[in-house]
Amino acid sequence: MWEVCQQQARGGPAELQDALLAGVVALPDRVSNSLRGRNPAVFFPQNYFPLLGAAIVEVLHEISASLRGGSDCSISFVSQVLGKVCVHGRQKEILSVLVPRLADLTKSDCIWQRICWRLVECVPERWMEAVVLGFVQRAPGADVLSRLLGNLVVKNKQAQFVVTQKFLLLQYGYTTAVLQNLLGYLSLDSLRRALLIKVLQELLETWSSSSAVKHSPAEQQEYISKAILICLSHLKEPEIESCRQELLTSMMEGVKCHLDSSLPQIRRLGMIVAESISSKINTDGPVLKFQYEEDDEARELKSLLVQAPSICAVPSLPDDNRNEKADAALPLTSESNGKSHTAATHVVSDEESDAELDSDDDLTPYDMSEDKELKKTKAPVYIRDCIEVLTGSEDTDKWEATVKALESLVRKNPAATREVSVELAKILLHLEEKTCIEGFAELRQRAQVAVLTVDPIPVAQYLTSQFYSLNYSLRQRMDILDVLVLAARELSFPKVHGKIKHVEKPCVQLLPGSDSSNDWRKIVDERIKSKTRRFAKGPSQVQVASGPNEFNSVAGHFFFPLLQNFDRPLSTFDLLGEDHFVLGRLVHTLAVLMYLAVNTVAVTAMGKALMEFVWALRFHTDSYVRQGLLSCISSVLLSVPAEHLLNNMTEELLETQSWLGDVVEKDPDGDCRRDQKIRNRCTVGQKFAFGIINNTHIIHPAARLKTTTTPWVINMKIWSLLLGNFFEE
Amino acid sequence: MAAPPPDPQFVLRGTSAAVHALHFSCGGQEPDVPILFSGSENGLINVWNLKTRRVDKALDGHGRKSVCWVETMDGKDRLLSQGRDQRICLWDLAEGRTSVMDSVFTESVGFCRCSLLKVAQGRWLMAMAAKALDEVQVLELPSKTSVCTLKPEAGAKLGMPMCLKLWQISCDSQPLLLSGYEDGSVVLWNLSMGKVLSQLFCHQEPVMSLDFDSEKAKGISGSSEKVLSIWSLNEQQNLQVHTTHRLVNAGISDITIRPDKKILATAGWDHRIRVFGWKKLKPLAVLDYHTATVHCVSFSDHKNPSERLLAAGSKDHRISIWSIYTQT
Repeated sequence: MWEVCQQQARGGPAELQDALLAGVVALPDRVSNSLRGRNPAVFFPQNYFPLLGAAIVEVLHEISASLRGGSDCSISFVSQVLGKVCVHGRQKEILSVLVPRLADLTKSDCIWQRICWRLVECVPERWMEAVVLGFVQRAPGADVLSRLLGNLVVKNKQAQFVVTQKFLLLQYGYTTAVLQNLLGYLSLDSLRRALLIKVLQELLETWSSSSAVKHSPAEQQEYISKAILICLSHLKEPEIESCRQELLTSMMEGVKCHLDSSLPQIRRLGMIVAESISSKINTDGPVLKFQYEEDDEARELKSLLVQAPSICAVPSLPDDNRNEKADAALPLTSESNGKSHTAATHVVSDEESDAELDSDDDLTPYDMSEDKELKKTKAPVYIRDCIEVLTGSEDTDKWEATVKALESLVRKNPAATREVSVELAKILLHLEEKTCIEGFAELRQRAQVAVLTVDPIPVAQYLTSQFYSLNYSLRQRMDILDVLVLAARELSFPKVHGKIKHVEKPCVQLLPGSDSSNDWRKIVDERIKSKTRRFAKGPSQVQVASGPNEFNSVAGHFFFPLLQNFDRPLSTFDLLGEDHFVLGRLVHTLAVLMYLAVNTVAVTAMGKALMEFVWALRFHTDSYVRQGLLSCISSVLLSVPAEHLLNNMTEELLETQSWLGDVVEKDPDGDCRRDQKIRNRCTVGQKFAFGIINNTHIIHPAARLKTTTTPWVINMKIWSLLLGNFFEE
Repeated sequence: MAAPPPDPQFVLRGTSAAVHALHFSCGGQEPDVPILFSGSENGLINVWNLKTRRVDKALDGHGRKSVCWVETMDGKDRLLSQGRDQRICLWDLAEGRTSVMDSVFTESVGFCRCSLLKVAQGRWLMAMAAKALDEVQVLELPSKTSVCTLKPEAGAKLGMPMCLKLWQISCDSQPLLLSGYEDGSVVLWNLSMGKVLSQLFCHQEPVMSLDFDSEKAKGISGSSEKVLSIWSLNEQQNLQVHTTHRLVNAGISDITIRPDKKILATAGWDHRIRVFGWKKLKPLAVLDYHTATVHCVSFSDHKNPSERLLAAGSKDHRISIWSIYTQT
């Protein structure tokens, strides 16, 4: 049928061609429309289009035969069919047949190559993108792609735009294999290499532009970085020589704005790309070397750089070819599986033999817990001694022992600590590493947290006031935030080992009888248990430890001073300007404090203040800050009781909701958007929760459990309530 | 909960100087009392009667210079002792005598302890540090003829030998020498050719002590670092690092594997004796009694395993005697 159509079409008038074209491409839809669901399987798109592909191959066979026969013929109708199918989104089906066949046929035959080139060239401009994308995605390697497309990008402006601009700079959803195909294709012909250099320059321009770094999502930046690395791998020595200066300048700029970013992922991308560029342009001189964590992602990026152009043709099998190749690959994988299996068994047997050897090693060890590091000097026993040592002592051994002992000392002597708490906090805040102690920062932080928990109000006042004062390093300011968070967390957890035991102990002493009565009850319980048969057990009720929430009375002191001065820049510290990283930390800290303040008295006031704060910053350019703002909102929603939210903060809530809607739509940062979806649901859910509360007068779980159980448990309940409501809806 | 570590069975006091060397002689038949020889910093060798726990005799032959090594030759009547007066003395202790029969002048000023190996009835080999800083000399005893001098290749920069261990696989095979050097390497020497068979860098710091188990072809060495290194010797006579074990505190002054190759003990600069299972170096006990660096550890050669003892000599002038893991 198809052959007839196409034979006729070749000479026919334009209208007929168009009608035929539309008919061929839309046939499955029309058939199914007219048959209303009783569509034969052949006309399902997933069956029909491969068939069409096979037909195209047949037509091409005939064309090649007629070309060999000396007669001329036009291929444009076939191209149009191809283009239209592709633009209708059926690239996968049709090209999964076409590409492997064509790749096979063009391998050695130059007539077939010409036919293929013409086939793609003749695709009308408006469908070009879809066709080229299809080919780039399906081709098993850059050399195949080069055979199939020829110098299309040089001849056809549209194709050139699509390949050099659209795929690389405007879109970023393709896999690394596609990128490798594309750039490998550009590098395989001398005419196209000029394009490759141009592409690299454009990529670098984007990479080094600070506004792109700030505003484009991390995924796109990773995509661009990958493209740059692949480009670099394809460039040859003289080509690099010719554009060394440009590479250098854009590298310098790019490194600067990447390192400036507050997202670690972006910083690392910048480092990796810069290292690669510098190693390419300075083959003999010194190269850049950054310190970053070497993980799978970094290794993957780096592997892009070392890959030789010829190798990248091999591994990039597109998904659909994989099915066909799976059979071939199967023995391989099973073999390797077998190998790994035997290796595994080998290891096991090794272990077994070890175990056997060990089995007669029946020497039981003694207690070795006393085996501790030998200290030359004894740690001080009094807090005041510690202060003396930390401020004035030249004896480094003593100093070290003091730093190590301080935390436990503070916790053991709360009364003595309270006398000097602010002084101690001050010393610890300014404490610098004198000698090289393992984990010094952590020791210092734990001591700070201990001081803050022992005497929360004055120390919190001191620390929060210092956060906005002059002459601190960013590190110290962030230390302050961390310490506040850790101490707040500690205070808001009920003390299982501390206070409660102290309360119980005197009871036991006062009433010695209670001890034995407990035993008596236990014995009876045991007896009952042993004589009772139970057919089903309810979920065992875990008794959650309870105690007064110590954070209740001090939450405000932790929280409000941090909100006060954020918009007043100092000469050395400008939260809204350069120091946006600290701002991000501050916002996250506030979110955590808000979260921990659940069930405290001050929570409503805190929530209100925090909402205002969020409102002021909602269009901040740094995505780290925005993420923090989002978590602020969610912790407000979680912590503030629903009645208060509804009564006191309705306006803020509505404003926030509309902003959240905007964020979901428009935020360039993927994380923000994702977070947002959940949170948006949460707001909606919360509203439903209000409705339920108002209608049925159920006491809100948060109110019922007031201040006695852990905040975690309550939050779990709120979450389940909110989400449950939402999904029911 | 593991049992708390045991206390020493008894403690020998009265050397009035730091103890640097210990050697048991407990293998005798019934009328013989078990004996412990100890060499101390004041140059005296004390002969302890382990029944009465008193000093039987005190031998003074090293001119008040520290004694760093004592070893018996065939029973308790012949004793070899090495002192910091650069002499190695052979004592005749039979029938109550306390005289120096013979002596060798070592010319070495280092702290390297000698090593003795019985190769045949009435024939011993003794390895000792020689006059040149990096040389080791092997003598045949009692004839005192030099068997060979082991000199590292020029430019090897091994430094002084720090510890020696003579051994042979079986009675009639070639004796070999393991020596630990100042640069942290352990070297295996072939005595007949005077050649290095294998060299292994297993420490960053000087090797303070080593011991070797010829049955398993596996040895252990300690240095002034926090690491014990376990190495093995393969069929090609190559030394390879097997594992390393990290210690809590740095510094090992002596390592001894018990003759039955079940456990080993280390003497630590951190005042503690550590006991490990020899098979997998499983930590078994940390014996904390001494108040100063432990200089030496030694296992007794009792015929009956349940009587076996562990002795440790320390800078705090005391010798602690322990009975540990005797049932295995």
